[in-house]
Amino acid sequence: MNMRITAIEASAMTLGGDDIDTDQIMPSRFLKWITFEGLERHVFEDARRQVSARGGMHPFDDPRFAGAGVLLVNANFGCGSSREHAPQALRRSGVRAIVGESFGEIFAGNCVAVGIPCLCVAGADAKQLQAHCEADPSSRVRVDLTAMSIEIEGAVFPAEMHAGPRRQLLDGSWDSLSVLLAVADKTKERVDLLEGRVHTTRVHRR
Amino acid sequence: MGKTLYEKVFDSRVIREVTPGQFQVLADRHLLNEVSSPQAFAALRERGLTVAYPRLTFGTSDHSISTQGDPEECDEKTAAIQIATMRENSAQSNIRYFDPRQGEHGIIHVIAPERGLVHPGMLVVCGDSHTSTYGAFGALAFGIGTTQVRDVLATQTMLAERLRVRRIDIVGRLAVGVYAKDVALYMIHRLGAKGGIGYAYEFGGNVIEQFSMEERMTLCNLAVEGGARCGYVNPDSTTYAYLQGREFAPSADQFTRSIQAWQAVRSDADASYDDRVVLRAEEIRPMVTWGVSPDQSIAVDDKIPSVAEAVRQNLGAFQETLDFMGMRPGQPVIGTRIDVAFIGSCTNARLSDFEAVAAQLRGGSFHVAEHVKALMVPGSREVRDAVIQRGLDQIFIDAGFEFRDTGCSLCCGMNADRLQGKQTCASSSNRNFKGRQGSPEGRTILMSPVMVAAAAIAGEVTDARRLFGIHDPSIGLAR
Repeated sequence: MNMRITAIEASAMTLGGDDIDTDQIMPSRFLKWITFEGLERHVFEDARRQVSARGGMHPFDDPRFAGAGVLLVNANFGCGSSREHAPQALRRSGVRAIVGESFGEIFAGNCVAVGIPCLCVAGADAKQLQAHCEADPSSRVRVDLTAMSIEIEGAVFPAEMHAGPRRQLLDGSWDSLSVLLAVADKTKERVDLLEGRVHTTRVHRR
Repeated sequence: MGKTLYEKVFDSRVIREVTPGQFQVLADRHLLNEVSSPQAFAALRERGLTVAYPRLTFGTSDHSISTQGDPEECDEKTAAIQIATMRENSAQSNIRYFDPRQGEHGIIHVIAPERGLVHPGMLVVCGDSHTSTYGAFGALAFGIGTTQVRDVLATQTMLAERLRVRRIDIVGRLAVGVYAKDVALYMIHRLGAKGGIGYAYEFGGNVIEQFSMEERMTLCNLAVEGGARCGYVNPDSTTYAYLQGREFAPSADQFTRSIQAWQAVRSDADASYDDRVVLRAEEIRPMVTWGVSPDQSIAVDDKIPSVAEAVRQNLGAFQETLDFMGMRPGQPVIGTRIDVAFIGSCTNARLSDFEAVAAQLRGGSFHVAEHVKALMVPGSREVRDAVIQRGLDQIFIDAGFEFRDTGCSLCCGMNADRLQGKQTCASSSNRNFKGRQGSPEGRTILMSPVMVAAAAIAGEVTDARRLFGIHDPSIGLAR
């Protein structure tokens, strides 16, 4: 059983832009290990280098956002590749919740597996949250899974997430495996049924 | 009220509703690769668990394998360890491993259909987003993360929520020189890279009905680039003819009975959909991307959006995207110089893709431009063997292509096949994300295999219909 996640209160980091894909979050050359350990060192590595080469500063390098626990993003964050390396690296970098307009679906599911709630807010609200955070990066953001709201500096924004993952985080059952194992007998009956209906043969063709 | 295929298959795979709206569902097939599975096996061992249904589980190594010489000769030691781990995990758990050492390998999304592993009405999962490819068979197929890979290994089940279903009809007549890849890129352009969030896409209409299985696979493969978790086509005689006689297809004496069961999973005529979209085939021309998201595309003879158009279309980070791509607003995309041409990937590396290109190259005096490195990477050993058997390899080699061994190769830049620096690649793959092809500054222009071949020859993005003289006898020469 994992810990219950009911609310996260932390400073936030804005990460602007739509369609930030998981190749950006974790470039493929860091996918060649057989553990997730140490991935946090490479989170957004190429994007950070490119922004810095242009004389800018990527949010993950910005000292104003050091220690941020909440990511404020826009639409379709985490689209693309199913690599769980992306949320694993974010979690290991200290991210505990992500708030945005929408999320890549595989990514959002992977986030539940590592205990990061992804909450959806209206597009305009996502921008307002980012503006608040930019104006004062030290502000605390409260991500509340019970009230389904995001609060910053007294401003409260309604949020949404799928009921299932929300329940898993709230009651601490986001370790899905123990839930699934509970009905192993029922699963076996079903597999037997399916295999009885459609037989396969293993004769090599040609 | 009738049901969609999605509803029928999902409902039939539900073991129980864990909480309102969240279901424990059974997977008929679980496919594994070397990149997303090692941590899942390690997590099983940590908890003292074993693989529950190895006979429903199949794997190979595809992302990191080499396309030159020994497939397991990796340029990085960590990749070699991943491949060795994949073989070891499969052997220990009695999982059928399509072994590169036995020449059985290829991109998992190419070899699973070849082996007849995916049947209509199945629920198929794999730790790779392009698992959506198998929707071509009328299966529900989607990518999962490593924790879910662990869950399915241990229980053959996972938690899932029901998706909405959007029916997309492609109707009319496709022009000659327009391929399934163009249909897919056009669909993504029209509906957006995030348009499919929360949806399964059901593809239909006369164009899709006339598509071969390989064309359907290309389309369903790219459903995920439109934001949909999965895409599918209702099974029909084309599906059944493809499956018959394949290694893991139902045996001959069972096949008629299987067809009856498969017919029953088709969406009912009176099924209701959460959304419907109709796209006219006549509007589709050869498509190319100009940006870093698969929906940032235009017809090859159109212009890149101007600044004003970008504002109107609300294209975020427009200038930054063009700077990255080395392109200019309002300019034609034709004439964009390329450095690398790649025909491969789970999107477009099946036999029909190479046949379509070879048909254009055959007998011509076409040759890859001097400054272009052109790779053709078959999707599997079976495809590679078929290419050789038909003598197509020589056509490609004579035209200046490097004829490589199979693997994911330059689609994801995880083996030695990578872009260097700011190289621009005309690519038949699926993602034009920044850095996707192995160089952080590398640029990807997505297009059909025939368009890639044309770009390779011209040394720049060009209209394949003009270069190869592809014309529609009923309407005269292409513009």
